[in-house]
Amino acid sequence: MIPGAVREAVARDGERVVYIARDRLLEAMTWLKNTPGQQFNYLVDVTAVEFRDRERPIEVVYFLRSLERRADIRIKVELHPADELAVDSVWSLWHGADWLEREVYDMFGITFRGHPDLRRILMWETYAEGYPLRKSFPLRGRFSRAEQVRQALNANPEAHYSLEELSIAEAGGDLPEDMRDRLRRGERGVIPDPLPPPQSPGSP
Amino acid sequence: MKRVGEVQSQNFLLTKFQDLVDWAVNSSRANSLWPMPFGTACCAIEFMATAASRYDFARFGMERQAFSPRQADVLICAGRLPFKLAPVIRRIYDQMPQPKWVISMGACASTGGVFDNYAMVQGIDTIVPVDVYVPGCPPRPEGLLYGILLLHKKIKGESLFDAVRRREEQPLDEKGLRLAPETIDEISEPFGNSVHQFRSS
Repeated sequence: MIPGAVREAVARDGERVVYIARDRLLEAMTWLKNTPGQQFNYLVDVTAVEFRDRERPIEVVYFLRSLERRADIRIKVELHPADELAVDSVWSLWHGADWLEREVYDMFGITFRGHPDLRRILMWETYAEGYPLRKSFPLRGRFSRAEQVRQALNANPEAHYSLEELSIAEAGGDLPEDMRDRLRRGERGVIPDPLPPPQSPGSP
Repeated sequence: MKRVGEVQSQNFLLTKFQDLVDWAVNSSRANSLWPMPFGTACCAIEFMATAASRYDFARFGMERQAFSPRQADVLICAGRLPFKLAPVIRRIYDQMPQPKWVISMGACASTGGVFDNYAMVQGIDTIVPVDVYVPGCPPRPEGLLYGILLLHKKIKGESLFDAVRRREEQPLDEKGLRLAPETIDEISEPFGNSVHQFRSS
């Protein structure tokens, strides 16, 4: 294991929990994923825990599984609320971390450095009341109900879920040939064919 | 000139022309309601049971479910409505042609139910006008059928000519709200067990 990365390791009831220093997270995760004998190649979940005791740090929790070895491990990174709530993104190791980290960001306000697209995922992007799963967040939100209704009714649901965003037409060039054929027949929308070659002046 | 008694004896019925029109219009409206289901939660399961063969709301003229708001008469909101869906249900409601009615099915759609939290609309009547509230968590199919029959009754009491009983379009005001902000705050007040919770950090 990377020297200096592990702050504490607990094994209880057959479950292994390893606390990693924040700055060494990506290094340790790379080691866990790629080292023979570890091979934790499946990221099950990313979540976070804030305790009632305000002195205790917020934990970002990663559940890893090795599909070959059928072994699980839980990785925790402690973030002190006084510091910047930020941790390196593991998206470069497991692309599945994309939405999981977005959810943690949305609910806890923890920034994932190096994430390709860190936006809110459950709440709408213009949501201004804060981070709902933080202990400092009131159950019913910070705004009055009337203000919440007003903002909701004035939202444009199509602003973020445009047809263009949902279309895979732009990815047409990367699709396999049979899928492109089906698309060309108009089954799920149409990919425009490439422009025809310029005609010579003599042709009819 | 015949006396009234003689006219009655010859099998005449007398009524006002307006009442005749209202009767014809309302009967045809009430007996062929096309529902637009807006199912978001477990109430939608009961809604489907109501539509299926055992309960079969086609018996009450709801033969055709309109999965497009353009051909729908009654919007049935079956389930909780988060704020994220509020503009969506309003858009669907606005797209329905007049006359249109709304059934709020279940505790969550009617009041927010157990979801007295930051993400949930506390009753869809803050978003769209509601004609019938069906209580229950979720309501049994009999409950929804009873709500539909109540809606029939309500429709048959409407009038094209009477200003009070006429259905009017209820557009949003210039702030984009349906009700006054004080009214929304008031009807969103916690109730039941949730009065023990309070708004603070």
